[in-house]
Amino acid sequence: MSRGAPPQWSLQTSTNLPIPDYMNETIRKAVEDHARLPVPVSSLADDDDLYQAGMTSHASVNVMLALEDAFDIEFPDRMLKRSVFESVASIQAALTELQAEILS
Amino acid sequence: MSVAVDREQELLATVRTIAKDVAAANADDVDRAGRFPTESIDALRGAGALSAPVPEALGGGGASLGAIAACCHELGRACGASAMVFAMHHIQLLTIVRHLERDSWFQSYLHRQVAEGRLIASVTSEVGTGGDMARSIAAVTPAEDGLVSFEKQAPTVSYGAYADDLLTTLRRAPESEPGDQVAALTHSDQHSLEQTGSWDVLGMRGTCSPGSVVRARFPAEQVLATPFAKVAAESMVPISHILWSHLWLGIAEDAFDRSRAFVKAAAKRTPGVTPPAAQRLSRLSGQVALLRGLVTSGLRDFEACAEGPSREQLSTMSMGLRFNNLKIAASEQTRDVCFGALDVCGIMGFKNDTPFSVGRHLRDALSAPLMIANERIHQTNAGLLLIAKEV
Repeated sequence: MSRGAPPQWSLQTSTNLPIPDYMNETIRKAVEDHARLPVPVSSLADDDDLYQAGMTSHASVNVMLALEDAFDIEFPDRMLKRSVFESVASIQAALTELQAEILS
Repeated sequence: MSVAVDREQELLATVRTIAKDVAAANADDVDRAGRFPTESIDALRGAGALSAPVPEALGGGGASLGAIAACCHELGRACGASAMVFAMHHIQLLTIVRHLERDSWFQSYLHRQVAEGRLIASVTSEVGTGGDMARSIAAVTPAEDGLVSFEKQAPTVSYGAYADDLLTTLRRAPESEPGDQVAALTHSDQHSLEQTGSWDVLGMRGTCSPGSVVRARFPAEQVLATPFAKVAAESMVPISHILWSHLWLGIAEDAFDRSRAFVKAAAKRTPGVTPPAAQRLSRLSGQVALLRGLVTSGLRDFEACAEGPSREQLSTMSMGLRFNNLKIAASEQTRDVCFGALDVCGIMGFKNDTPFSVGRHLRDALSAPLMIANERIHQTNAGLLLIAKEV
C-alpha cells in the first residue's frame, strides 16, 4: 500500500495466514450479513451463483458497500456489474485484481 | 454494407408510407374506440417490417436497431398505439436475435418469423412482485409428455389477444429463487389468455393491455438458454428505452407540427403581425430539440457498445443508470412538449376535431412516465448511485 492505513487483510500476512483465506472469510461475512439469502452462506460453494441463491440486485449493492468498507477499497465502475458479484469466487478474483493494481 | 443500408432505407420509406396512409388515417378511430390498430399491423406485416431484424443468414433483412428505431419514430408521428405495438414487438424480436444460440430452437423460429411475420407480445409484469420485473413467481414447471408448463397472473398484457406469440419471464424451475429468471416463447396454440381486467384508459388506448392469466404448455426447447438477468441488461431494458423514446419523440414532433401549423394559420390571417403564440412556439421548439438530443444520444451510446467484447459494458451499473435516465427524461420531456403544444394551440388544440387537436398526443404521452413507473426507476437508480461512480 502506498498511502493510508493498510487494509485489514494485509495485517494478517504477519500471522502467516494465507491472504486468500482471510479474504474469502471476509467476503463470506459480507454476503452473510447483506445478501439476504434464504440459506446460510456456509452451505454455498465458492462457485455457487449468489443470484440464483436468492440475492437481489438491491441486496448486491449492500454487499458491495460492505466489501468496500471491509477492504478499504472502491470498486471501479468497470467492475460494477453482475458477473463480478455473482459468486464468492468471482468477488475474490475481482478483489485480488484490485489488490494487484493498488500494489503496483 | 451498402446493400444493407439500401435495404434499411427502403424499409424506412415503406414504413413512412404505411404511417401516413394507414396508421395516421385510423389513429383517431383506434384511440376513440380503444381498439387494436389492425390495419397498421397488417400493413406492416405485409411489408415484411415485423421480421426486418432477423439476420440475413436466417433469411431476414438484418435491419439494425437504428433502422427499427427510425421506423418507431415515423409511426409515432402518425399513431401512438400502432408505434407502441410495433416497438414492443421489436423489443422481443431484437432480444431473441441478440441472444440467439447456434442450433437452438430459436433459429428455426426466426425462419418461421420471416415467412409469417408473427406478432410477439411480452408478459413480463406479474401480480405480487410489486412491479419488479427482475423477480418472478410463476415458474417453468415440468409437465407430462416431456413438456413444460406455467401459469402466470399478469396485471397487463399489451395486445396479448392479437399476438401470435408471447415472450414470458418465469422462474427457471419450481424450486428457483424469484430472481433466477428465464424467458420462454410460446405460440398462440400453446397458450391461453384468460382476461382478468379491462383496458378503458386515458391514452395508448389501442394497445389493448388488460390483465390476464396466461397458461401455457410447450417443449422446454422454447426457453431461452441465457439467464434473463443478462438478457435484460444487455438487450431488453436498453432496447425498450431506446425504441419507446423514439416513438415518444414522434408523438411530440407531431404535436409540435400541429402547433406550428396553428401559429402559421394565425400569421396568415394578420399579415405583418407576429401572433402572440409564436413566442411560445419558439420556446417549444427548444424543448423539442432537447428531446431529440436525448433520444439520438441514447441510441448512439448503445450502438457504441452493442456488439462484440464491449457488450459486457451494458451490464455495468453506469450503463444501467444511463438507459434508465433516458427513459425518465424522454418520457417526461415528451409529456411536457405535448402540454406546450396545447398551450400554443389553445382551444383549437383542446378540441378533438380540428387540424390542431393535440388531445390524443397529450393523452398518449401521459402513459410514458407510467409504463415502468418513473418512480420505480428512480428507486432502482437511487440504489445504484450508492456505489456507481462515473455517471
